[in-house]
Amino acid sequence: MSVVRRDHLLFLTELLAERAGQTLAPDRLFVIESRLSPLARREGFASVAALVEAIKGGAEPRLAQAAAEALVDPESSFFRDRAPFAQFRDLILPAMARARSGKPVRVWSAGCGTGQEAYSLAIAAEHAETRTPGMSVELTATDFAEAALEKARAGLYTHFEVQRGLPIRQLVEHFERADDLWRASPRLRTRLRWGRVNHAAELPEIGRFDVVFCRYMLKDFEPGRRIAALQSLARCITPGGVLIMGEGESPLDIGAAFRQPTGARGLFQRVAAEAA
Amino acid sequence: MSTCLIVDDSRVIRKVARRILEALDYDVAEAADGVEALAVCNATMPEAVLLDWYMPVMDGLEFLRRLRALPEGEAVTVVVCSSETEIERIGQALAAGADEYVMKPFDTDILHAKIQEAAHFRESRLREAA
Repeated sequence: MSVVRRDHLLFLTELLAERAGQTLAPDRLFVIESRLSPLARREGFASVAALVEAIKGGAEPRLAQAAAEALVDPESSFFRDRAPFAQFRDLILPAMARARSGKPVRVWSAGCGTGQEAYSLAIAAEHAETRTPGMSVELTATDFAEAALEKARAGLYTHFEVQRGLPIRQLVEHFERADDLWRASPRLRTRLRWGRVNHAAELPEIGRFDVVFCRYMLKDFEPGRRIAALQSLARCITPGGVLIMGEGESPLDIGAAFRQPTGARGLFQRVAAEAA
Repeated sequence: MSTCLIVDDSRVIRKVARRILEALDYDVAEAADGVEALAVCNATMPEAVLLDWYMPVMDGLEFLRRLRALPEGEAVTVVVCSSETEIERIGQALAAGADEYVMKPFDTDILHAKIQEAAHFRESRLREAA
């Protein structure tokens, strides 16, 4: 295995922080070669070093984005950790629908990767709507990575991917066969609005949401960028709305924007701006 | 320790599945077809069954129907494991009483998750029936 040059390592660290907000943890350095090799080959470079030199030269800006996307952890599964999605379907959506008195409940999957979380939310929302007459849920899903968003929009997954977290009855109900792959049903796909958002930069005008799922995306962020990203997220959540994070994640260190209801794991409620 | 019965006519699949299930802390029993599997269940009912579909003597779905008809058979978690990937065929396995379905080939993570999912599904079904 070749060793990544020190100047290339520093350059890639900076690139990843700027494009995705993330740090390259020392124990993840081994992934650089393996993640960038396919990109280097596809683009006709003799080595990862040659690819990095080309990015540094700035000749093709799209290569910088593609490299940053390749370096991000691709871990994703349907209904990851299961409990947050049951809580979303059974408790959060009914409560938000009551609070919104008939208006749509707006939900955002921030850092949706290849779309598994977003489709899980769409399935959960559909079940909740079926049980609660008059409930309406609008779903938005965003990620910084174009390639991941393209896959998410297509809603196409392999046998291995659909078997990670998706119960078989939901696979049969909400997906259809597409040659050797599985495609999310048109009904699910048309529910979702997709967009590109980089949480390491100023957020675009995206509106306000009642429920935001932002799970395991900020865990690898640089500390300063993580706080800024959480503050931006807080501004996009309606008072009384909720932020759902992953195991071991919390926004409570950014100030008084959120509070954690007793016993609610991974769930944080947006405090009204004047109280924050 | 929970017991899982692996029912598959392929010795290789049984070996691979045994290794995965033992790593997940299951006490593992094996059978090569539905008739052998029924004999195991009649002697000692396992908590879970990982079940191949196509086998000689008695196939997986026939075994599954007979298992569900046994006095303690309704409580057993059953994961059908097959290379069939058509929705209609998967539906047949679910209608026969499967809790979950694994498409071959599988890996440790998938099998682990599917067995947990199946146990969760079976528990909620038994709760609803009670």
